[in-house]
Amino acid sequence: MTQAEAAGAPAHKYLPIDIGGIDLAGPSQWLRTMLLIREFETTLDALSMSGKIPGGVHLSIGQEAVAVGIAAALEPQDLVACSHRSHHHAIAKGLTPRSVMAELFGKATGCRGGRGGSMHLGDMSIGFLGGNGIVGAGLGIAMGASLGSHLRGEDQVSVGIFGDGGANTGRTWESVNIATVWKLPLIIVCENNKYAVETQTERLTGGGSISRRAAGFGLPVRTVDGQDVAEMYRATHEARDRAACGEGPTFIEAKTYRYEGHDTGQIIRYRTAEEVEDWRGTKDPIQRLRIALQAVGGLADEAFDQMAQNARETVQDAIAFADESPFPDPSEATRDVTAVDLGLGNVR
Amino acid sequence: MTPVTYSQAFREGMREEMARDDRIFILGTDLLDRGGHFGQVLGLGKEFGAERVRDMPISEAAMVAAGVGAALNGMRPVVDLNFIDFSFGAMDEIFNQAAKVRYMFGTPLPLVIRGTSGVALYGAQHNNSLESIFAHMPGLLVAVPSTPTDTKGLLKSALRGDDPVIFMMHKRLTGTRGEVGGPEDLVPLGRAAVRRSGGNVTIVAYSHMVFKAMEAAERLAADGIEAEVIDLRTVMPLDIETVAESVRKTGYLVAATEAPCFGSIASEVAARIQETVFDWLSGPVVRVGARHAPIAHSPALFETVIPQSVDIERAVRVLVARAES
Repeated sequence: MTQAEAAGAPAHKYLPIDIGGIDLAGPSQWLRTMLLIREFETTLDALSMSGKIPGGVHLSIGQEAVAVGIAAALEPQDLVACSHRSHHHAIAKGLTPRSVMAELFGKATGCRGGRGGSMHLGDMSIGFLGGNGIVGAGLGIAMGASLGSHLRGEDQVSVGIFGDGGANTGRTWESVNIATVWKLPLIIVCENNKYAVETQTERLTGGGSISRRAAGFGLPVRTVDGQDVAEMYRATHEARDRAACGEGPTFIEAKTYRYEGHDTGQIIRYRTAEEVEDWRGTKDPIQRLRIALQAVGGLADEAFDQMAQNARETVQDAIAFADESPFPDPSEATRDVTAVDLGLGNVR
Repeated sequence: MTPVTYSQAFREGMREEMARDDRIFILGTDLLDRGGHFGQVLGLGKEFGAERVRDMPISEAAMVAAGVGAALNGMRPVVDLNFIDFSFGAMDEIFNQAAKVRYMFGTPLPLVIRGTSGVALYGAQHNNSLESIFAHMPGLLVAVPSTPTDTKGLLKSALRGDDPVIFMMHKRLTGTRGEVGGPEDLVPLGRAAVRRSGGNVTIVAYSHMVFKAMEAAERLAADGIEAEVIDLRTVMPLDIETVAESVRKTGYLVAATEAPCFGSIASEVAARIQETVFDWLSGPVVRVGARHAPIAHSPALFETVIPQSVDIERAVRVLVARAES
């Protein structure tokens, strides 16, 4: 605690979050995961620009609480499908930094052996149904997966995540409609970071808000501060309970923000530095959780520093692992396109 | 065994497979009570109930997405798009999701997408021939049955397999009748059938064109030209070996398709055959396909765009005449 804080005046402008009623082991773990995601993502721009990662990546820096809050509220058997901005969800759902980093590097040891890449991370064994390169498409996959759970009568909930850009695709609302009508065990999350690539979403979205639009489909809608991990957790938890009880889907609009550009190496001209600073300086999800934990005596300064140090070491280990890993054998490129043999061999 | 129609053969296949495997279900428009627009699931709603014969709103993207997601999660869905033309509303879900799940995520995607296909009435937007477009996309299989036997047998193979299969049923075959096999009579995907043996020329066709090829072959036989007619049955996988074997015997090949000739399955067959059995060919491989135009409302117009049996017959006669000259 700083002297100013000791004197009763907070030295920061971070908005408070409420972690009351939650076992502190949870938020402490959330903080670790958010720090890990932040550290992981912070290294990627340079790795991409240097060519270690072929092509660009979509960074989720600033959006960590959305992923961690969702994942914290799920059971291990639950399923998640998301969008092109997927690293935070992949790590929150349980992919290891090594397997994600190696995948980004295009290496054989990546979670998809170099076949997927940044937008197509996936690991069915832990219920991560993948990122998706097509805006809005992840929700449909999750909707279908929840239909599978429904038909088998299993206690399994799916989460379909898309962005504010996805909220202006037709396919998104086709899925919202049928999931509502069928009362599927689905949680629909719009991760609204305000910008569809470089277009301010508000400028081109009719109906006042995405939440209002969703409400027209007749399902419960929650508009949540996506920079508040505890609120994300509570909203998702409540939605999971509803879904698991057969009461159908819930729509959560998480108001969040990406600090970086849409893609790596971009010059940002479509928003002001003040706007970014305002989000960073008042709503940063990591700082807000740190402060909340410290306020209840749940986190010593040294413990936070240690968490940050651990995150740095884990990410450095992941980079070294990815760097040292072999590239996939070129003969892999045409293997297992279909289950049946197409008889095409290596015909060009 | 009583002959059944092409549509009933689909229904019989669905019924037997749904009874055998409770992971199989079907979704689409007007299925539960109406039994589909072609009677292809008539009565299955009553038998299996609304959970497994699921009525959907006209939301093609959500239909296919529901199938992809459910298949990813251990089910074996059938998505009935009604007309295959309506797949345009779900192109991303078919081409960019279903086709690539196995490759990208290493997970089987047992999914059948049924659509009524081929050229008949109702104009330009209900008569697209999309088989070569689907076949072009790595990851998809494409079945184009011409008989009730193959419809049932290929459907069973599709439902027991682990790939997304586009199942295209020609409009003009809807009411045609034939015998069908029993519960364990599967027709494998990727094996062509020789419909007529002959030693003078090979005609390759699929779906409704097989019947036009057979008509042509009958007329040619009257003049002593014996055509071997091969029904591809699936265009992906494409059984080029059966075609090549026939061409090694006959030396001549006519590849017929109802689709626009440009970039068609007939083009693919022609290219592959000249690459693999050039030395056995006694003349050029000839394609007979549709002329390059949309399908009009008036039969007077569209019947001149798609190939008729006389076009196949003429192509063969030109080849023979050329050989004799």
